[in-house]
Amino acid sequence: MGTTYDSHADLGGSTGHGPIEHEPEGVVFHHGWEARALALTLAAGAPGGWNIDMSRSARETLPDYAELSYYEIWTSALERLVVEHGLVTPAELAAGTASEPGDPARRVLTADQVADALARGGPADRPPDGPARFTVGDRVLTRAGSVDHHPRLPGYAAGRAGTIERVHGAHVFPDANAHGLGEQPHWLYTVVFEATDLWPDAVPGQRVSIDAWEPYLSPAEPVS
Amino acid sequence: MGHGHDHDDDHSELDPMDVRVRALETLLTDKGYVDPAALDELIDTYQTRVGPRNGAQVVARSWVDPEFLAWLAGDATAAIGSLGFVGRQGEHMVAVEQTDATHHLVVCTLCSCYPWPVLGLPPTWYKSAPYRSRVVRDPRGVLAEFGVTVRDDVEVRVWDSTAEVRYLVIPQRPAGTDGWTEEQLAELVTRDSMIGVGLPLDPAAVT
Repeated sequence: MGTTYDSHADLGGSTGHGPIEHEPEGVVFHHGWEARALALTLAAGAPGGWNIDMSRSARETLPDYAELSYYEIWTSALERLVVEHGLVTPAELAAGTASEPGDPARRVLTADQVADALARGGPADRPPDGPARFTVGDRVLTRAGSVDHHPRLPGYAAGRAGTIERVHGAHVFPDANAHGLGEQPHWLYTVVFEATDLWPDAVPGQRVSIDAWEPYLSPAEPVS
Repeated sequence: MGHGHDHDDDHSELDPMDVRVRALETLLTDKGYVDPAALDELIDTYQTRVGPRNGAQVVARSWVDPEFLAWLAGDATAAIGSLGFVGRQGEHMVAVEQTDATHHLVVCTLCSCYPWPVLGLPPTWYKSAPYRSRVVRDPRGVLAEFGVTVRDDVEVRVWDSTAEVRYLVIPQRPAGTDGWTEEQLAELVTRDSMIGVGLPLDPAAVT
């Protein structure tokens, strides 16, 4: 963890990104390499041993994130992860050739294991280490200000008052898990905001929710 | 190089990204860390087997079976799992039902979270800055761009998928479908209607 953490992926509410380019159902990849990049990323997680929060952190901190297409982001992040987690050396990555054999102790995803691995997925729920602090209907205030690590609290919803709508149980805490600090599970809630509490000029009759871990939240006064 | 995989673009030999991804695949394969056959299997899974037709089955079942709809509302992961749709990026499912009072739609402003087992891989627009940035701020405007008009007295509700919970929108069953089979109904259910940026197809248009 450094003293600053620059995510380029926190886009909610920002402007100037141009029109939405809709595509019909059934378009999955635009180039063969996109499919290979997706599959490589999924498969390399087995020997690499990184978790989903580390992957997201590797992507969102790419300095040229805004200029890259989606699978360019995945490819650049994968190149980072394979070096950071010791699968290849920087020299091997630059040369594109292996200078020494891999570590046979690392796990490899084989073709016959794919279906089971996908079906198993990676559940994020964990046994809670204590009771939930909040219950449905409670008013809460979200954490304000910047943090020095991978966050999952969108900027537009930081420092805002909302209402607990659902309690999801304890889930792996990305803020710690992304940095190799362990899972540190915390209670996870759906917090819903009136759009007018997020943006003063919002049209009434719109609400936005996020899923937020307990450390993001503090009690707020009930709405009078 | 050369694991015999297909490339569907016309200029693959000239595309720097193609070269880069091939090089990484070759390197990881040569180190013994990646099984190219596993890559083929992963791609085939999401290109041919796991996609929005899965979600359409879930929705169609909910339209004909009130107990299943209630199960979806109470424990969507289990209800969806009962149809065989489980696993990666669908470990913790929540189903939200469109009503006359509320129109739901789903986004991931921070990355590209999306319920893979029921909808497959997300479309490019869902993962791109224009949708992610605008839909939380101007959902009615975004819906209008998708051709969906929501009456002023209907609340618009945006679900930003910021954790590992994945959201599936259950659209309203179109009128004029009395007596339709589940299979027929599933044909009306579009991907966009399960994200909340579209509506089911008009029954008159498919009969």
